[in-house]
Amino acid sequence: MSTLAMHASDGLLNAPTSLLFGAVAVAGLAVATGKARRELDDRTAPLAGLVAAFVFAVQMLNFPVLPGVSGHLLGGALAAILVGPWTGALCVSVVLVVQALLFADGGLTALGANITNMALLGTAAGYVVAVALRRFATRSRPGLLAVAFTAALVNTVVASAGFVLEYAIGGQGAVSLGGFAAALLGVHVLIGIGEGVITALTVGAVASARPDLVHLLRGAPVAREAAS
Amino acid sequence: MSATVLHRPGDSPVHRLPPEVKVVCAFAAVLCVVATPRAAFWAFGLHLLVLLAVWAVVRVPPGWYARRALIEVPFVLLAFVLPFTGGGPRTDVLGVSVSVDGALAGWNILAKGTLGVLVSLTLAATTHPRDLVAGLQRLRAPRLLTTIASLMLRYAEVIAAEARRMRTARVCRGHDPRFLWQAAATARGIGMLFLRSYERGERVHLAMLARGWTGALPVPPSPGAGPRRWLAGLTPALLAALVCGTALWTT
Repeated sequence: MSTLAMHASDGLLNAPTSLLFGAVAVAGLAVATGKARRELDDRTAPLAGLVAAFVFAVQMLNFPVLPGVSGHLLGGALAAILVGPWTGALCVSVVLVVQALLFADGGLTALGANITNMALLGTAAGYVVAVALRRFATRSRPGLLAVAFTAALVNTVVASAGFVLEYAIGGQGAVSLGGFAAALLGVHVLIGIGEGVITALTVGAVASARPDLVHLLRGAPVAREAAS
Repeated sequence: MSATVLHRPGDSPVHRLPPEVKVVCAFAAVLCVVATPRAAFWAFGLHLLVLLAVWAVVRVPPGWYARRALIEVPFVLLAFVLPFTGGGPRTDVLGVSVSVDGALAGWNILAKGTLGVLVSLTLAATTHPRDLVAGLQRLRAPRLLTTIASLMLRYAEVIAAEARRMRTARVCRGHDPRFLWQAAATARGIGMLFLRSYERGERVHLAMLARGWTGALPVPPSPGAGPRRWLAGLTPALLAALVCGTALWTT
């Protein structure tokens, strides 16, 4: 089993753009750090540490796409639905930093862009979609699966759109922006469908065993009782 | 794959450098490589020379770096596609028409991406994960982030082993998925893995409380790197900056 880079490498973006998105990532992480404390109180560090270890382990699990082709989960939307957007963003960021520093996965200068896309933009977009569709998720199990699928698909596509934006600002390829955007977004719609299927099934499995642990469903039983 | 797979224990001067110096040096050096103009071909040769000098001190065989650098293959493929898809003036190489701009862009990604991966690998090979977190702490990274990172590194192997056991159990029961729509059992396994990780997190939290957890991990006392060690450690980055500056000046 070989591991291939899914994270942007060095040399795709020029130096000023790399620095710009490094600053964006630092600012975003500062906000997320403050908010994550409120999501999990004094249990923040141990629980977020274990959730980050989970995201890390999940990225090593390959699932089949077609014979001979396998992919792995990115986990942004999954983490946001299960533990909340801020903790989720923090966990994915820590995973990205560790992968860049200890596994050479993703370039060091691209780390800011990778965090901005996958941990901040992607997770935020996935969570916004999930919250907007929350009433379907709390109503029935198929609803929950559909919401998780949509959130993960949007998460993946928005993360790749983030890279298109960075490429438009300071890309180093000779490809026209339109062609680049079409290729990257097209591939990520396909990846997003796989991500969506796995995320939906995973959230479904967690919800049937411990619905109280699904952040998106918090408060739902109370609301249902109030309605009846 | 274990969580410490890339670390190569050793006793070279690079291994002994304080981790915060190495992290700063790696980031600065890669930034200099990325800022080097792509047409200054000689500059990338000099960057590689600096790296080779560091490897000579580290005493890790270059073949090891070469094998680990395969992670970069998708971007290498991209680099080889660009000369054929790029626009602008074209030229003939071995009878094949390639775009000049595309070829330069491909070279740019290939050279900078490869040097970047090699620098990251050098950092990973010479720094223990635990030291790396301590280094980030001394660089004033937020305490919450470094605490999450150190707990994650501590438990990543446990959770990954759990995932491997679950996979073995599935395979033993005849699980052999080929298509995405057959991945339901894998996904249920991931759900289970989340529950086990989260519940382990709750237990770890209680155990930490019992041992007097105050909300932050104690920082190991360290004298800190003196100016001389900073200077010695940053030498490769300074050389890379010199090369980059000269290249910017002359092109």
